Amino acid sequence: MSALEVDLERRFAGGPAVRARLTLPLGEAPVTVLFGPSGAGKTTILRCLAGLERPDAGTIRFGGETWFDSAAEVDLPPGRRRVGLLFQDHALFPHLTVEENVGYGVRGVDRAERAQQVAAVASRLGIAALLPRRPGQLSGGERQRVALARALAARPRLLLLDEPLSSLDTPTREALRGELRGTLERAGLPSIVVTHDRVEALALGDRLAVLADGAVRQVGPVHEVFSAPADLVVARVVGTENVLPARVIDRRDGLARVEVGKAVLWALDPGHAGEPEAYACVRAEDVVLEAAPAAATSARNELSGAVVSVAAEGPLVRATLDCGFRLVALVTRDSAERLGVAPGRALAALIKAQAIRIVLRSR
Amino acid sequence: MDLAALRLSFALAALTTVALLALGLPLAQWLATSRSRARPVVEAVVSLPLVLPPTVLGFYLLVAFAPRAPLGRGFAALLGHPLAFSFEGLLLASVLYSLPFAVQPFAAALSRVDPRLVEASYALGAGRLETFFRVSLPLARPGVVAGAVLAFAHTIGEFGVVLMVGGNVPGQTRTLSIALFDAVEQLDWAAAHRTSLVLLALSFAALVATHALQPRSSTSR
Repeated sequence: MSALEVDLERRFAGGPAVRARLTLPLGEAPVTVLFGPSGAGKTTILRCLAGLERPDAGTIRFGGETWFDSAAEVDLPPGRRRVGLLFQDHALFPHLTVEENVGYGVRGVDRAERAQQVAAVASRLGIAALLPRRPGQLSGGERQRVALARALAARPRLLLLDEPLSSLDTPTREALRGELRGTLERAGLPSIVVTHDRVEALALGDRLAVLADGAVRQVGPVHEVFSAPADLVVARVVGTENVLPARVIDRRDGLARVEVGKAVLWALDPGHAGEPEAYACVRAEDVVLEAAPAAATSARNELSGAVVSVAAEGPLVRATLDCGFRLVALVTRDSAERLGVAPGRALAALIKAQAIRIVLRSR
Repeated sequence: MDLAALRLSFALAALTTVALLALGLPLAQWLATSRSRARPVVEAVVSLPLVLPPTVLGFYLLVAFAPRAPLGRGFAALLGHPLAFSFEGLLLASVLYSLPFAVQPFAAALSRVDPRLVEASYALGAGRLETFFRVSLPLARPGVVAGAVLAFAHTIGEFGVVLMVGGNVPGQTRTLSIALFDAVEQLDWAAAHRTSLVLLALSFAALVATHALQPRSSTSR
């Protein structure tokens, strides 16, 4: 299987260097999220991939084609790489209409063919009615769609999205998140999304690459990286959170019933109806451990499981339970001793419905 | 009113403006985007005619135009006549003299073009030239038009350089401002008034056009 192989170093005068070593298989798991705090070098890596910035050393190969090789002095210009880049502020050409913007990267075809390709992409992204307008007359969400249409119309081989939702207001961002995931899925292109937003990473990504201190620390399926950080640095970046693949099976009275493995949990209704695929997110501090099984109510979920591992974390104890899936709980040292938390011990884990956040995978 | 002088001034200003668009735009784009260490030096050379007495520029050009000087000899071989006191010599002098009036507004407008838009164009497969003509130039258009208008008006009004390298050959180098000087010398006040009024009206119209073309605020970009 072909892959995107990145091994680059970009130094900044008087600043930290960005080193990225990353191999992403193309084809399966199309959306990779590059996740990390601001200043970690996420945007630098995207710009190097797009050919807008030149790494100081290293190589970039895409499916056997060399895009950059500092030793061999290969540096393909952006146009030859055929990468679609979505800028954070969308960077639409203000002097061109939406139609001209979308058609800008359509090359090597006559006028009629270009108009037809633009119309096809526009109707796919629901912006056909906007074609005669100028970017100044569009709302934030519309600009985002137009920018995506412009990138897709150029028929790229790889799509790069730099904080695609960050410039939008909160309601628009929430509405567009699922739609963007759907568009990326249908486009069937390998995509790399840069974000520092955990919900965005969960909603958009298939694969997560965690970037911290200028280096790629861990790569894996999104919920795995969130649930099982490889080291302390990654854990600090992603936070201590359980991210459980879930399915919404019912919704009533502002609550949603979700299936996690074989267990059924009550959570707050995420709002938008649609696809049942979701992640249930629970902060480890919100998992309460008890010895005796208590009566479960709609507001209180109860799971039973056996302790798999225990680790001290400052004044707290981090206990991992096997409840059919892995669940991490952070409890005080005091209660850990009282409950006799040790590998093999059977315990009940209690989670309030409002402590479970549902992130839908698409609209 | 010296119609030949009016025609000549217009022809000179029009050709100078065209030459400044052709030479000045690439130079301005380089000034707007280059990180070269030579940039301040080039900027100073371009701005020099703003502060240099026109007679100094004219004197050095006259020296360079001399039939024995390399520039003068090359052009004389090409044109069949010497550069000094010819229309071609005047055109070359005008281009140099009006250079800052065109290149400075060009460069200012081009450097205000959002670099993200230029990068977006590259990412969509456009090369440097295509990006310049489809993105940078259209976005910098008000500044480019303003620079062209200023260069045109400035060329119409130039006097010192024309006198030094052009002299006063009717139909060849006798421009409006020279004709005005002549009229005053001959105490022909009526002709001087007519010529002055034309020059005043042209300059005023040029400035109105330039200010009307400036973006009113940073948001209207």
